[in-house]
Amino acid sequence: MNLKIVVLIKQVPDTRNVGKDAMKEDGTVNRANLPAIINPEDLNALELALSIKDKNPNYSITVLTMGLPKATEVLREALYRGADEAILLTDRRLGGADTLATSYSLAQAIRKIGKFDLIIAGRQAIDGDTAQVGPQVAEKLGLPQITYAENVVSYDESGIVVTRRLANGLETVKAPLPCVLTVNGSAKECRPRNAYRLQKYKYAAVASEAEKFPEEIKALYDSREWLKIQEWNADTISADANQIGLSGSPTKVKAVQSISFTAKECLSINDDAQLEQLVETLIKNHTIG
Amino acid sequence: MEDKNNIIIYCEIDEIDGKAIVADVSLELLTKGRQLADRLSAKLDAVAIGRNLSAVPSQVMPYGVDTLYVVDDARLYPYTTLPHASILCGLFATIEPQICLMGATCIGRDLGPRVSSASCSGLTADCTELEIGSHTDVKTGKEYSNLLYQIRPAFGGNIVATIVNPDHRPQMATVREGVMRKEIVDANYSGRVVNLDANDFVKDDDFVVEILNREIQRSTVNLKGAQIVVAGGYGVGSKENFGLLFDLAKVLGAEVGASRAAIDAGFADADRQIGQTGVTVRPKLYIACGISGQIQHVAGMKESAMIISINTDPAAPINDIADYSIIGSVDDILPKFINYYKKHSK
Repeated sequence: MNLKIVVLIKQVPDTRNVGKDAMKEDGTVNRANLPAIINPEDLNALELALSIKDKNPNYSITVLTMGLPKATEVLREALYRGADEAILLTDRRLGGADTLATSYSLAQAIRKIGKFDLIIAGRQAIDGDTAQVGPQVAEKLGLPQITYAENVVSYDESGIVVTRRLANGLETVKAPLPCVLTVNGSAKECRPRNAYRLQKYKYAAVASEAEKFPEEIKALYDSREWLKIQEWNADTISADANQIGLSGSPTKVKAVQSISFTAKECLSINDDAQLEQLVETLIKNHTIG
Repeated sequence: MEDKNNIIIYCEIDEIDGKAIVADVSLELLTKGRQLADRLSAKLDAVAIGRNLSAVPSQVMPYGVDTLYVVDDARLYPYTTLPHASILCGLFATIEPQICLMGATCIGRDLGPRVSSASCSGLTADCTELEIGSHTDVKTGKEYSNLLYQIRPAFGGNIVATIVNPDHRPQMATVREGVMRKEIVDANYSGRVVNLDANDFVKDDDFVVEILNREIQRSTVNLKGAQIVVAGGYGVGSKENFGLLFDLAKVLGAEVGASRAAIDAGFADADRQIGQTGVTVRPKLYIACGISGQIQHVAGMKESAMIISINTDPAAPINDIADYSIIGSVDDILPKFINYYKKHSK
């Protein structure tokens, strides 16, 4: 048994630090203006894949991301941490996609990869919190799905046994391979970058990035296959133009409203005497007690 | 099954002591679904998929269900994705609902995307409001009326987005438990019950995922029912400091809640989360300790009758919706609060 694992990762804006210029007029997010990180639960997904590979170094892990050209940053990050191969799916035509159009595009890319036994993704991304892409990729590929995965108990030719972390407990399920797992944030944290791999993949890049390398490094890049991150577009994955990007998205953003609270009268309590008086008032009017 | 273009609610089934119980979130959505149906002059349908479902009709009918589809088969409980998805897709193909709502639970968030992908219908997760309205496509100028506005905070809570699904049916949305209010329409409301045979929808391949073991605990946390909620955020600072919230909750007879930031930091367990991706509460008193007041959190508590915030930062956004803001640190204020309470409550 020689497993081939595909891990889906996403570069996300760090939603804890959103500035004013984050939104475009059409209501979609201007990701270029934000600090970009690897989606936290995708790191849990990568770790799950790596922990399977730990038992057998012949297994291979391919990381796939769809996004802007700069999403190669998260692919390199995955290579530093243990992935074997990386694919960037990027194309203006794929932009503005909702979860369904995204899932279609990713499923087409996975079909293009061809052979795979396991697809692992984070449960949800922090920019949308929808948790839809994993199950939708599974549906598009006609594969079973295991969402909220926390731990792989065992696997063999007959299938994979996984525990799922649900709101009210733990469920252990078995699914045949190939299948899609989406990994919960409660799963094991991802291992850090490996110093040796950091050197090995320092110049990992897509061809268009490598064009800008100084001559010596370009020569190095050309001679070392493992540095080559593949760059795919809508044509590479034989995408149907009606199922990608904005036109392939059934859901449309009608309106976007920035948050502003309407302030109401708020009494400020600044010292112990005021606090004691407040507690007394709350008791008297039966709010507490 | 000739009725088409209705609103359908997927009723999540839990089995308690062998009896099928419809989840609260589904009853809340039936209430919302009834309102939407009235607004659209459409009917309200519900679908229950599971085993031993004889008790389900009496649970859902009072919420104004016109047609309840029941698929009762021993293989359909506990929930697994594929058979439930096949049944919903098959049913949709026949009755062509215009709107489908389900709970944003571990089941709804597993099933919804699968079904929406299979029916190419689009789905909006974790909606906080659902309304009916019109829409003009910016590019084509095409006019749409009576669309479902699927409203949710997005992008880390910095915006509220209204999502529409102009051309595909059903318009699908998930909603968290507690966001909508459940309300009985008429205790004697009696719609019809249509029993369907699972074998008309599922194939053997749908049962490839096997449940080997389930360790399900009923949560002992009852945030929704609490009159007073003491909630902590990242500003509480540590799991130890969170103990102070439990101390105050104990003397006040309150329940302890937490913001997502506090849970992510490991200060409290996930079943205490209040907000867009947790539960929504409407207590008579909400004490927000070290909570800055991000929109996702506020979405889950803004309807509290009275809000007191305890925060070192007088400019924290939570103070915009608070009735009282106590300026100070949680570890300083809470012990004093408890002392003053003990002093005056006797």
